[in-house]
Amino acid sequence: MIEPLIRIEGLYKVFGVAPKKAMSMVKDGVPKDDILAQTGHTVGLKDINLDIQKGQIYVIMGLSGSGKSTLIRHLNRLIDPTEGKIIVDGEDVMKLGQKDLEQFRRHRMSMVFQRFGLMPHRTVIENVAYGLTVQGMNKKDRLAKAGEWIETVGLRGYENQYPSQLSGGQQQRVGLARALCTDADILLMDEAFSALDPLIRSEMQDQLIELQEKLHKTIVFITHDLDEALRLGDRIAILKDGELVQEGAPADILLHPATDYVEAFVKDVNRARALTVETVMKPPAHRITKGTIAEALQQMKTFSSDYGYYCTDEGYQGFLLQSTLEEAVKLDGSKAIQDDLFEDLPPISPDTVLEEIIPDSMGANYPLPVVDKEGDLQGNLPRSSLAEVLSN
Amino acid sequence: MSKGNWLTEFPQMDRSDLLVIRKGLDGAYKEFSRSYGEIIENLFEPLLRFLVWFEKLLVNSPWWLIIAVICSIVYSATRSVKLTVGVLIAFFLIGYFGMWENTMRTLSIIFVCTMISIAMGIPIGIMMSRSNRMQSIITPMLDIMQTMPAFVYLIPVVMLLGIGKVPGVIAVVIYAIPPVIRLTNLGIRLVDKEVLEAATAYGANSTQRLFGVQLPLALPTIMAGINQTIMMALAMVVIASMIGVKGLGQPVLKSITNQYFTLGLFNGLAIVALAIVFDRVSQAYGKRTQKHMERAQ
Repeated sequence: MIEPLIRIEGLYKVFGVAPKKAMSMVKDGVPKDDILAQTGHTVGLKDINLDIQKGQIYVIMGLSGSGKSTLIRHLNRLIDPTEGKIIVDGEDVMKLGQKDLEQFRRHRMSMVFQRFGLMPHRTVIENVAYGLTVQGMNKKDRLAKAGEWIETVGLRGYENQYPSQLSGGQQQRVGLARALCTDADILLMDEAFSALDPLIRSEMQDQLIELQEKLHKTIVFITHDLDEALRLGDRIAILKDGELVQEGAPADILLHPATDYVEAFVKDVNRARALTVETVMKPPAHRITKGTIAEALQQMKTFSSDYGYYCTDEGYQGFLLQSTLEEAVKLDGSKAIQDDLFEDLPPISPDTVLEEIIPDSMGANYPLPVVDKEGDLQGNLPRSSLAEVLSN
Repeated sequence: MSKGNWLTEFPQMDRSDLLVIRKGLDGAYKEFSRSYGEIIENLFEPLLRFLVWFEKLLVNSPWWLIIAVICSIVYSATRSVKLTVGVLIAFFLIGYFGMWENTMRTLSIIFVCTMISIAMGIPIGIMMSRSNRMQSIITPMLDIMQTMPAFVYLIPVVMLLGIGKVPGVIAVVIYAIPPVIRLTNLGIRLVDKEVLEAATAYGANSTQRLFGVQLPLALPTIMAGINQTIMMALAMVVIASMIGVKGLGQPVLKSITNQYFTLGLFNGLAIVALAIVFDRVSQAYGKRTQKHMERAQ
């Protein structure tokens, strides 16, 4: 496995007057409420271990009070842990002195905040350029750069407005542009879209996905919304009461919840929107590879089924029915398989969400072929397995 | 102890003991002022020279020039024609009723006191905002400065420095500085935590945070403090005139002792006019610097 870009090791955070004293209780596994009652200390985070790979959107999810905002603030040390290590690119962030920490924050990480955190006394362009101002870049260069990012997030023309003159969605675009403007490779997003209307929120999610395809940043995204987590995350970590409950790929969490807590969480998720074809498809079968009609019919009979997917070296070609082949073989069995023999069955792509293929699947009497970008048959999706996943 | 019943009479300290304390303290302070008075006076020498120079500048410059300068300052600070014309009329009336020179003197001392208060008050307020311990030490001191009758701290100042401009300035500053300190502290503490956190997250150091975020965002509150400071300085002018500060306070004092009602009224009104001018101008200026808040809810 490749070295992760961010590694969190044994991270504990206890809030209170003398956190070190309460630590032994935390480690002995005394419940949070008891520790609060006995010592007046609040356990914020308990033994968090995470690896975040470069280029991922890593979602940390939990309800309020789960410690997710505390956790993200440890990454750039807005909060110092009671115990534990945070290693970014092989460097222990905990060991940085004040000056190094400032440099680290300026160049390695940038942050987007739930309530935007924009400076009300600066214009949009000055806000976007803020990170560069702090770095000490001269005015002309930083405004030019900020201008480009404003354009990227679609706020051209708003450069000289003040944040209070913008809508929530626009303000968060400013926040996003500010974060991107420093060219930091790690982006911390603390409930960045939670304060926005649902419609604007999904618009922003689209924009983030679109930007990420171009920029390949490492994004740590905090949210309390599982739908958002499933939509954005390459990996998801679920926090509960300061503890990591489950960590894994979105489909993993959805299909194999580790605890009752996660299960309760995922119960209400719209699976059709969260899962892709890839996660529910069956491995490829019924593959017809022979070139002539007679041979193909022969091959199909060995599957003991009445259909098959015709593939050549160039990939998937089309869907064949036994009845059609039987008709054709009567005419000329040695003829090569032609396009006119194929049934009309739409191939689907493995990374489509289930929701989009429901109509196709419902309208077809046979499992839909799953074909990837290269044109190869990856598997098939029977109506029954689709129904099974969606009904759970 | 007194021989009376302690239930009916407060068990107070013996008169002679009290006298010893008073004599002891008075003697010690007199001793202190005798040996250090001159050194302290010399310390204030540059301030005195500046005061004299500035007062002369205002008194000796032609009246129309002063009015022109004031009106242009008012206009550039507020961008309000109405306010500028109001100021013009106020100063014309003051001059017409023969109070020009005293008004200039008062103006000069108020200006100097305000500048000293701002120069000292804002840094103290910043210090206070940064540490809760600092705040708990300074707050009661400010309470004392604001509630102690002004005459009480005039006494040691006069004992130390005699009567004149410098002790006047000191007395006025002591009386007028608390609001600017308090409101600087308050303003900085009220700055949106998330905005400050954002600045920190982008790697701003404490100086960048102070000048880039905290002070600009606290500015409306600080301006309110400065406004209060000016008002209190003006209120103190009459009392300061008792220790030889020339200006509009002296005729007021004279009219109290001689029962000249009209003289008192005119000079009093001149002080009111100055106060209104200062207040409106500083508020309008404060509002204008907050134009980005226009549409904020």
